[in-house]
Amino acid sequence: MKRKLAVLLAGTMVMASLVGCGGSDAASTETAAPAEEAATEEAPAEEAAEEEAPAEEAAEDTAAASGETIKVGFAQVGHESDWRAANTQNYQDMFSEANGYELSFVDADNDNAVQLEAVRTFIQQEMDYICIAPIETAGWDTVLQEAQDAGIPVLIVDRSVDADPSLYETQIGCDMVLEGETAGNWLAEYLNGEEAKILVIEGTVGASATLGRTEGFNNIAAQHSEWEILDSQSGDFTQAGGQEVMESFIKSYSDFNVVVCQNDNEAYGAMDAMDAAGITYGVDGDVIIISFDATHDGLQYTLDGKINCNVECNPLQAEFAAEVIQKLEAGETIDAVTVVKDEAFVAPGITSQYAVTMTQEVLDGRAY
Amino acid sequence: MSNIKKITKMQLFLPIFSMILVMLVNVIYDVASGNAPFSFFAISTQLTSSGNTILYGRLIDILNRGSEVAILAIGMTLVVSASAGTDISVGSVMSLTGGMCCMLLAGYGVTNVSEYAVPLWVGIGAGILVAIVCGLFNGFLVAYLNIQPMVATLILWSAGRAIGLLLCNSAIVYVRVPSFQFFGSYIGFLPTPILIAAICVLIMALILKFTALGTFVQSVGINKKAARISGFNSAKIILMCYAICGLCAGIAGITATSRIYSADTNNIGLNMEMDAILAVALGGNSLGGGKFNLAGSIIGAYTIQAITTTLYALGVSSAQAPVFKAIVVILIVVIQAGPVKEYFKKLSAKKAAAKEA
Repeated sequence: MKRKLAVLLAGTMVMASLVGCGGSDAASTETAAPAEEAATEEAPAEEAAEEEAPAEEAAEDTAAASGETIKVGFAQVGHESDWRAANTQNYQDMFSEANGYELSFVDADNDNAVQLEAVRTFIQQEMDYICIAPIETAGWDTVLQEAQDAGIPVLIVDRSVDADPSLYETQIGCDMVLEGETAGNWLAEYLNGEEAKILVIEGTVGASATLGRTEGFNNIAAQHSEWEILDSQSGDFTQAGGQEVMESFIKSYSDFNVVVCQNDNEAYGAMDAMDAAGITYGVDGDVIIISFDATHDGLQYTLDGKINCNVECNPLQAEFAAEVIQKLEAGETIDAVTVVKDEAFVAPGITSQYAVTMTQEVLDGRAY
Repeated sequence: MSNIKKITKMQLFLPIFSMILVMLVNVIYDVASGNAPFSFFAISTQLTSSGNTILYGRLIDILNRGSEVAILAIGMTLVVSASAGTDISVGSVMSLTGGMCCMLLAGYGVTNVSEYAVPLWVGIGAGILVAIVCGLFNGFLVAYLNIQPMVATLILWSAGRAIGLLLCNSAIVYVRVPSFQFFGSYIGFLPTPILIAAICVLIMALILKFTALGTFVQSVGINKKAARISGFNSAKIILMCYAICGLCAGIAGITATSRIYSADTNNIGLNMEMDAILAVALGGNSLGGGKFNLAGSIIGAYTIQAITTTLYALGVSSAQAPVFKAIVVILIVVIQAGPVKEYFKKLSAKKAAAKEA
């Protein structure tokens, strides 16, 4: 009985692996010329890859010669937030066929292995450019080297990697320090020399957004002797965290007039806590709220005058990537780091040289 | 002298003693920084922006914020006692409950509503039902398939939150209806979570007092086989403990979700299973199963929150706070450890002997 079962299981396994092979065959031939498909269907995957290579090369040559489409592979992190969805949509819109691109998009669903595999597939498919929004910072050297050996320029987008900068063309992303400085500059302009007693609700300890925004804001705070940062605690980028930290701040410090929340969710929590303590905030209140991220909900609060200033982290990064690619096509040199321009938004009734005053049109015009 | 001895010999002495010790730190801090010495313990009333009068103070914060862990600790105590193992899925189940509830209330794929798609009780009922099913699933694996509790509950530990994310389409689903916020805000002047936790503890205490459940659970935990031979259906009792643990996770999940009127499935109940297990341990219960003390676990839960609130009050930076928390937890666990207790007993015996001589 046991032996029969073993045979059966082994059989199933063999079947499964065959099916697996068939699957990968189909996947690799999908991008090859359709005529080849019948021929390569029986062959193992590696052979198929070899066989399709010459055909691909020829195809690319003609494309490059006529200056038609540029093939771009984009290995995206996943779809964990509205921000990410807007980021993806932006790439898909920018690298459309109408704009002269052919985009191969892979959603790695926050799985590092899937993303590495996606990049290797792009190399095999001989993309003209590869964009990577790295899930993890470490472990990219090998695959970046492979891309370089294949002569494919790589753009690191949104986040950063821990690898030799010579292995990729440029890194495109938001400058978190600059975001913090924008918030500080706006506050200085708004207060115009008045005293500030500031409470900071930080993001997750050690996160790049936390470090950057803290550093940027502190840079500006250091220039103002009339400002005092009373306390700074982590709210873990969550609403519940913001609520709990603010609840405690209110009891520790009876006198404060600025609350800096390092993302919108924390700001919602801080507002809940201040509501419960009868503290007024926003444009008509006693406490100035500064927030980051500028999500749709966050900007709604800004429009309502509850959040005074909201500094965005711009997900619309594709145009910056496209600009780099166009420069590379033209043979121009590019910077090692390309900073995506972040806007800041202030509540109606406030005008600032650092920020856009919120209106319903601005909110409706947002892509996310 | 004999009275003091009586008190120190009480089972709950050490857990309560630890909690008071943690709070005394605040008195020292307040005196040192020139505040009124007992300002940490002061409870006053406060007018909210919406015009209600509520209780206000750090003690209220501890009771309020500690509610979820206290509710989880009830179920965890039973699970630990009956199966000599822990249910590490409770945090994930909380998140799943919140996700299920908000998904139903808002409708699938919708991320922001100000009106219910289905009646409130349907959403909450479905959420808690899912939590109980999760508990039954864990219990079935442990009781009937004899899988080790940590391995069995590991499945939902990783899958529960993921299912919650799927239900919410990987987004934070906001239900901006005042009645939904009720469970996480205030009932009259009292924070509702305090009341929910109190009711849960009271019901459990009554069940333990007026039924033989406690005895059943403990005998199964001490010796499963002996209990079965004595006529208890050990498997059924273990299954029931896990189901109750699931129910508790569901209630805690609804409370946590209601606090932020949204299903933040990535973060609700994150690492809370560890706090719940710690609460059971701080309460002087053995994680090896058998005899248990529910009151100890509840005190343990509030002790954990007291540590967190104290660290906030002292203004310890977020990067260093976990270190201090760990030091305090080590101290509390060590003074309750068997050999340490023995040492102090011997010491006092020696003193007594010296006095007599």
